[in-house]
Amino acid sequence: MPALEINNLKKIYPNKLEALKGIDLNVNQGDFFALLGPNGAGKSTTIGIICGLVNKTSGAIKVFGHDIDSENSAAKSCIGIVPQEINFSQFETCLGIVLNQGGYYGIKRRVAMKRAEKYLGKLGLWERRNEYSRNLSGGMKRRLMIARALIHEPKMLILDEPTAGVDVELRRSMWDFLIDLNQQGTTIVLTTHYLEEAESLCKNIAIIDQGKIVEDTSMKQLLSKLDKETFFFDLVEPITMLPDLNGLSSKLIDPTTVEIEILRKDNINQVFDIFSSNNINVCSMRNKSSRLEELFLDLLDNNNRTD
Amino acid sequence: MPLQSLFIPFSTIVIKEVSRFMRIWVQTIVPPAISMTLYFVIFGSLIGPRIGTMNGFDYIDYIAPGIIMMSIINNAYANVVSSFYGAKFQRHIEEILVAPIPNFIILAGYVTGGVVRGFLVGMVVTIVALFFTDLHLHSFTITIAVVLMTSIVFSLAGMINAIFANKFDDISIIPTFVLTPLIYLGGVFYSIDLLPEFWQKVSAFNPILYMVNAFRYGMLGESDISITHAFIMLIIFTITLLIVSLQLLNRGVGIKS
Ligand SMILES: Nc1ncnc2c1ncn2[C@@H]1O[C@H](COP(=O)(O)OP(=O)(O)OP(=O)(O)O)[C@@H](O)[C@H]1O
Ligand SMILES: [Mg+2]
Repeated sequence: MPALEINNLKKIYPNKLEALKGIDLNVNQGDFFALLGPNGAGKSTTIGIICGLVNKTSGAIKVFGHDIDSENSAAKSCIGIVPQEINFSQFETCLGIVLNQGGYYGIKRRVAMKRAEKYLGKLGLWERRNEYSRNLSGGMKRRLMIARALIHEPKMLILDEPTAGVDVELRRSMWDFLIDLNQQGTTIVLTTHYLEEAESLCKNIAIIDQGKIVEDTSMKQLLSKLDKETFFFDLVEPITMLPDLNGLSSKLIDPTTVEIEILRKDNINQVFDIFSSNNINVCSMRNKSSRLEELFLDLLDNNNRTD
Repeated sequence: MPLQSLFIPFSTIVIKEVSRFMRIWVQTIVPPAISMTLYFVIFGSLIGPRIGTMNGFDYIDYIAPGIIMMSIINNAYANVVSSFYGAKFQRHIEEILVAPIPNFIILAGYVTGGVVRGFLVGMVVTIVALFFTDLHLHSFTITIAVVLMTSIVFSLAGMINAIFANKFDDISIIPTFVLTPLIYLGGVFYSIDLLPEFWQKVSAFNPILYMVNAFRYGMLGESDISITHAFIMLIIFTITLLIVSLQLLNRGVGIKS
């Protein structure tokens, strides 16, 4: 039984906007799943429908085998949601927000209190539990929403851009927290614009664009599709002209930076051989963009062309 | 579904609702106490003696139940409309919508919040009234039953207003243009026997007339309308609004896109 099963999901908003054009998606139990897509692709709409904030137009969704229409309560109990936008009361304390959420899930106060201490603690907010939520920084507010989503210890945690606007250090610690949670058995679905995040966290990935799934595969598979990579070579001394690079597509960006596109079948050693024989010394080499990013842009490009 | 799994969410909403209006008591409890004091001073003590009696009662005794009822109606309504609209506006209604809570529990929770505020303010205004006159109590049961049903009806009405509201204007338009006129024309300050026959008939469509008169009956044993008739009307209003608001919540009107 998959953790999440979406069949032919369609959504047309009242303003006639067709946000989802028939989406199929499966997320296995224990998975760490990324849902990627550009702005307005339909990620939040999909998530909103899964957790009961948006009415679907047609299609079916099952959460751990529970249909969201016929077994609404059972389905909802399995899900914890961290929304894209802040949606707690500004006039309540951190602890109050988390405890109330426990109450909405039918959790006894005593139990909720223990869990609040555990999760607010892990997320570094226990010391600030009695502070009004409006006094928290942006990153703290995101973490508060994570603690709130875990109060009923859901089998699946869905996070809609949890690390947007979170600094690097904090983002890393949030990743560690999520990896830990996933290893303890929680299925995790997240959307993100940081492709590096998806690449380092997620096992499986779906890419959505303009309301359609354009790719649904494992992260490994996806990256293996990458047939070319673009690298920057930083040179020790400036040069004025590039040597012939066996026909590789290349560009001198500035006197000490060379951009070279290398196909998967090409051998990268030849580049160094040519540089050596021309007395050009390379001090460092880096990817032009993250590997996933290139692929992502390619896929979206293809999708737009077929429209 | 086990009862406890319904009771915990219900009590969570109620406690949250009550602590919300208690936290801002200067905005919620004090204003009705002040304005109702003014009513008692002006209409009761200053003008009242010149009016003399209304249906055999001193004017201040006659209007006291109406004034108490007015504050109950206003506060039950205001509590639900502002709290539920606020939850929509700040989006924390989503906290409740993602949880496995049946809609009737959400409704019951918010309505109970409105009822508690209605009772509390009603009590405060009653205490204020005691400074100006001796209150009678004809029937405790009828009095409490009327207060309960009235505050339920207006909590539900506030809920429906909040469901349809898209901006803050929308939650003050109805109270200003509908609720206030209905209250003033609902026999708070006069007996409808004073009205020409035509306006007496029009008044029969005003739900507040039944509430004020039933409440007055509970306190004074005096009413323009038969008490059975008033209760039947109250029950009809309660059930109708209950069905309408539950339907709206089930369809997700105003809360789900
Ligand atoms: N309530 C709404 N009413 C009408 N259209 C909406 C509504 N919410 C979203 N949309 C539209 O639906 C489309 C998908 O929006 P959605 O929020 O799902 O995108 P997203 O993938 O989450 O984007 P982002 O990465 O920017 O968060 C967009 O074109 C958006 O304008
Ligand atoms: Mg989004």
